[in-house]
Amino acid sequence: MRITVKLFAYFRDNRFKQREMEFPAGTRVEDIILSLGINLEEVGVTMINSRHCELFQVPNDHDQLAIFPAIGGG
Amino acid sequence: MADKIFRVNMSDLSTTVEPVPAAWMGLGGRGLTSTVVATEVTPTCHPLGRHNKLVIAPGLLSGTQAANSGRLSCGAKSPLTGTIKEANAGGSSAQMLAKLGVKALIIEGKPHDESKWYSLHVTRDGVTISEESEVIGLGNFATVKTLNQRLGEKVGVITIGPAGEMRMSAANISIKDPDSHLRSGGRGGLGAVMGSKKVKFISIEPTNEQVQIADPEAFKTANRLFAKALVDNPISKALAQYGTNVLVNIINESGGLPTRNFTKGQFEGHEAISGETMHDTIVARGGKPKHNCHQGCVIQCSQVYNDLNGNYKTSGFEYETIWALGADCCIDNLDHLADADSLMDDIGLDSIETPVAFAVAMEAGVLKFGDGAELCRILKEDVAKGTPLGRIIGNGAASVGKAFGITRVPVVKGQAIPAYDPRAIKGIGITYATSTQGADHTMGYTIATNILGVGGKLDPLSKEGQVELSRNLQIATAAIDSTGMCLFIAFAALDDATCLPALIDMINARFGISLTADDVTNLGKTILKTEHGFNLAAGFTNKDDRLPEFFAEEPIAPHNVVWDISDAAIDSFWDF
Ligand code: SF4
Repeated sequence: MRITVKLFAYFRDNRFKQREMEFPAGTRVEDIILSLGINLEEVGVTMINSRHCELFQVPNDHDQLAIFPAIGGG
Repeated sequence: MADKIFRVNMSDLSTTVEPVPAAWMGLGGRGLTSTVVATEVTPTCHPLGRHNKLVIAPGLLSGTQAANSGRLSCGAKSPLTGTIKEANAGGSSAQMLAKLGVKALIIEGKPHDESKWYSLHVTRDGVTISEESEVIGLGNFATVKTLNQRLGEKVGVITIGPAGEMRMSAANISIKDPDSHLRSGGRGGLGAVMGSKKVKFISIEPTNEQVQIADPEAFKTANRLFAKALVDNPISKALAQYGTNVLVNIINESGGLPTRNFTKGQFEGHEAISGETMHDTIVARGGKPKHNCHQGCVIQCSQVYNDLNGNYKTSGFEYETIWALGADCCIDNLDHLADADSLMDDIGLDSIETPVAFAVAMEAGVLKFGDGAELCRILKEDVAKGTPLGRIIGNGAASVGKAFGITRVPVVKGQAIPAYDPRAIKGIGITYATSTQGADHTMGYTIATNILGVGGKLDPLSKEGQVELSRNLQIATAAIDSTGMCLFIAFAALDDATCLPALIDMINARFGISLTADDVTNLGKTILKTEHGFNLAAGFTNKDDRLPEFFAEEPIAPHNVVWDISDAAIDSFWDF
């Protein structure tokens, strides 16, 4: 399946902002994160198509997956 | 020496130093300003008349070594909302006032002769009132510079700009920081209240005295734990690197970034104004990505943003300001945003209210969406000079809506809704609706749980649980706002079990008392009820706790959702 992966804050360092990537059907959000060399403990928020999602969720073909470290502000 | 109440009567130009009444003893910051306003101000009074009072109070821990404890609270009846109001900011004044033994400074009355301006000078012995002419009409930067020359670099300064002098409802109160830049008690037009009393600035004498600590050892231990909880928190680290502006991209991604005067939930230009872009720009131009607004802050969310030539442009460049000028006014150029931020700081304008007012003016056709240069021109030539258009904008978003007959006016109780759309992030809608001070995200920051996954998780699009979330956060916030702590300690407090007990231990060690966590929660509840009571007595009802009707009627993309929480659910907020 084809997934648009978006990274934010320091997750972009030495990686990318946004990239179309191929994954086998059934790949979970956490597998995608690990494949990028990101430590799961540093992940704050994940969203599929602008909705919050869990690490065990499986995105669908052509979904957008956004991965954020723990961040805050206000 | 025990703390005292310093009182200034501008009607007869007299001052007194009074003992602290027993009922105010355990209060500081917002808890104290709101209690004084509720006790001494006639709720139905005109906010710019002689019956209103401006109350300035350091927090319970201000002036101590406690990390992040240098926030100063300013309170009064607000000319923008007509409700009770507290606005707090960093800078050096809270710590200086606390060291001088000032529990609160209360400015009341109003001179009969409207032609004269005054300044106040605070020392340990009391307040002196002097007539002032040199800095009248000057912007905040020139005022601070002049006062540094006149009174020395170390003097503390609390000041208003031309907006406050002209009593505009979006006028803020500015506080000098350790670099002689400014931090602002932004919301609710408190600068206009100060201007109505004809006080241009308050200067504070530097002192080497220290705040007395009842149990210094216990205090030190607790502060060490507390500071560690703050420093270790991953969100603190991100705040230092990217500032609060790290939020642009995540709020945009969630579909809750109000765009083009609240007609969309995502902004095409988000990347250009994001915290990531800002960080890279700051580094490339030799600015400082991290910086603190007062000594002792260990989080350092502020920054120094330089212009294209590497010269200082602005600091304390916040997400809310960048959102309002950026997404809401559709200006996708950080340098225009920095120009406007600096102009608003100089004129002394709330940098949320003012750009939201501009977005309404853009909808009215006064200027085009996206025209940052024109926005800056209007700030300089109209708002700063007080032309009729400038006054309409300087009185806030509701004022612009009225003047131009616009119905899409994002305000609650007359105060502009900040950077999170309540249709797509419903918890914050409850905070906007029920806050005792008009729409204000900081009163109960549900974004933490709705979006950021801090303090648990709650789906931002669901109707369930939002009232309870907002209530719990509003209670906790009222208590934190009384300590002098910056609200960003809440990220650690919500998720690190050592943080809040350490904070309570510090308060206990400072005063030699034994508060429990329940006492602190009860303090928060009491403050909210005191503020709510003032508003009810001023004539507000539950019908004022509503969002503008367009939120229920205009779905917002990308989620195509409307505001759909019932009036009864909103009203249940006050069931505690
Ligand atoms: S975290 Fe930011 S707002 Fe809070 S005290 Fe530090 S610099 Fe000031």
